[in-house]
Amino acid sequence: MVRLITHNLLACHAKDCNTNNFPLEFKDIQLEIREAEFNSDFLKGFMPKLEWKALVDTARQLGDTSLPLEQPEMVDDGFLKSLHHVLLEIHVEEGSMTCPNCKHVYPILNGIPNMLLAEHEIG
Amino acid sequence: MLPTPDLSHLTKKDLEEVYEPAEDTFLLLDALEVDYDYLKGSKPSICLEIGSGSGCVTSFLGNIIGSTAYFCTDINPHACRCTQRTGKQNNVNIQVIHGSLASPLELRLASKVDVLLFNPPYVPTSDDEVGHAQSDGKIEGAWAGGSGGMQITNVMLSKVKNLLSPSGRFYLVALKENNVPGIIKLMREMYTLTGEIVLQRHAGREHLFILRFSHL
Repeated sequence: MVRLITHNLLACHAKDCNTNNFPLEFKDIQLEIREAEFNSDFLKGFMPKLEWKALVDTARQLGDTSLPLEQPEMVDDGFLKSLHHVLLEIHVEEGSMTCPNCKHVYPILNGIPNMLLAEHEIG
Repeated sequence: MLPTPDLSHLTKKDLEEVYEPAEDTFLLLDALEVDYDYLKGSKPSICLEIGSGSGCVTSFLGNIIGSTAYFCTDINPHACRCTQRTGKQNNVNIQVIHGSLASPLELRLASKVDVLLFNPPYVPTSDDEVGHAQSDGKIEGAWAGGSGGMQITNVMLSKVKNLLSPSGRFYLVALKENNVPGIIKLMREMYTLTGEIVLQRHAGREHLFILRFSHL
């Protein structure tokens, strides 16, 4: 279950791939929606740690347009519910993530992203 | 005393491929329990365990802290699946990443990790043994530590300062043979992190320590 909260924290770490290596691009994915417990304090605390544009762009690619392009300064319940759904309830079960820079492909199997690199790819 | 996480879902076959919680694991759980009030009171928003194996430790942490973001990495794919199942079994929502140390998270988690846990492969072995154990993702990778038992730990120690949030804490399991005073000295002199011994215990032939590090 690669949720978008995790996707927002993963970057390509292949040898010499240091720029434009985030966010990874989802390909050929299977989605599942699973309800998660709503916790507004957690969401508010996590907002400053997010790369907002990457989150919004990725959510839109997956068909969810509920988040505004700019992170709002004042947050209301409606916004937090949307953020909760995007971050924690959309699960990518199968597929892959491709580095926008070096095009390295990281597969997702049974909801677990495989971020291992071969010996010669490690920086 | 907090209960040990429920591991009854792990089969004999699982435990042939994944390190079964043992005295070192339980000492780390005890150290987290010593820090219960701090861990709960500081409301961590990102917890990361490196080499989570069965998933016992992060599940235990989850039952102390409650709802927040838990990430685990392991180089062993069986361990990744066990961690995921142990989280579910104990109602802790763990995000598992199949990977080496914190590598794919280092860019984005810089200065963001509030609780960092590592029970490394600490047993002194030949250096060759480490290379094979790690690259094969097998159970031997859970203990084979190379020269002084520090080959993998030393790589991780060099990453800790960058990962810890300003109030973040790093918990490390170590063995007497790993040179505990040397680790504390290295962390202070090379990385300006202050460390202390939280707990120590003799278990069979092993003299085990739990060390805790934070920014000065």
